[in-house]
Amino acid sequence: MLFFQLFYTFLLIGAFTFGGGYSMIALIQNEVVTHHGWMTSAEFADLLAVSQMTPGPVGINTATYAGYTAVVNAGYPHWLAICGSLIASFAVIVIPVALVFIVSRWLLRHKDNPLVASVMRVLRLAVIGLIAAAALQLMPTVFSATPTGNISIFNFQFSVFSIIIFLAVFFLSWRKKASPIALILASGVAGLVIYSF
Amino acid sequence: MVKYCDIFWSFFKVGTFTVGGGYAMLPLMQRELVERHRWLTEEEFLDQVALSQAMPGVFAVNMAAMTGQRLRGAIGSAVAIVGNILMPILFILLLAIFFCTFRDNVYVDRIFMGLRPAVVALIAAPVFALWKNEKRKVKSETDNASHVLRLTSYLSLYLIPILSALLIWLFGVNPILVVLAAALLGLIYGKLKTKN
Repeated sequence: MLFFQLFYTFLLIGAFTFGGGYSMIALIQNEVVTHHGWMTSAEFADLLAVSQMTPGPVGINTATYAGYTAVVNAGYPHWLAICGSLIASFAVIVIPVALVFIVSRWLLRHKDNPLVASVMRVLRLAVIGLIAAAALQLMPTVFSATPTGNISIFNFQFSVFSIIIFLAVFFLSWRKKASPIALILASGVAGLVIYSF
Repeated sequence: MVKYCDIFWSFFKVGTFTVGGGYAMLPLMQRELVERHRWLTEEEFLDQVALSQAMPGVFAVNMAAMTGQRLRGAIGSAVAIVGNILMPILFILLLAIFFCTFRDNVYVDRIFMGLRPAVVALIAAPVFALWKNEKRKVKSETDNASHVLRLTSYLSLYLIPILSALLIWLFGVNPILVVLAAALLGLIYGKLKTKN
């Protein structure tokens, strides 16, 4: 039953992802964390870290890791979890690849069609909101209390260190175009150092 | 005729040696497909990029599927896709097994406490760059347009991203519905624009 749900869920996610892996994050988050409860929000943040550190398309990496974790969290052994991860990554590409075969020729002929252009324009704008929503939804989890360095705002415990890391990485990535993998490695080392003292 | 193993090997390299998602693969793909093998001209390559962006799904996989299909049909397409995602899936599986086993390890936990805010920052950072890109396009397209068109273009530039973020974030609307609504809106807007 879980495997069928995994397949169906990632089939939908693949079919409705426009604009690359980052917009897929919002869809996966909604299905996997909010709707099905297959993993916690913190586990989801870990998944995103791993899928950005390793080679390959972020969409495939996220689907593979999510499929694996969902099955393990349901209490199944690792080899079944591997099946789950393969099902998820297969499901996520089925509909898009089928569409490549069916409509890519047609779309190539009509790429300058004003209707197609208009739909793509609005989709691109909505996807910006989708990515922003994914980040906003993760914030309570990633800013929540850590072993040291917390402050209390409106009865909510925030971690000062997490906020500093967030701002630093945001600035370095946005303004200085720093490489994501270097930033991820640096923050991992920072976490290890900060919370070890 | 192009050999299957050449298709496989090209996409294997592209998938294995790029970190940071589909768009990070573009330079390597271009080198492999356009410059090295000359399977596509520069223009055909750019057409495929535009097309892969317009299709749903994983960008890099769409590129692989399209190129494979063009070179050797359905089997070529499958070969390109498998080549592209084989190593990434193996890598992720190894890491997933590792992290599910060592989840309670205190050092792994500390590393991830540092990683989590960084990852969210990495997701948030391109939001502004993407938006600025759209703003530039609207500006250049509506320079000589009517007031009505300019107004609606700028309104949609601000309203659509904010609205879609708020609907998902605060009101818990399914992102799939937001995507559907956006496509519909684009269709209606395009119809109205071509009529005038």
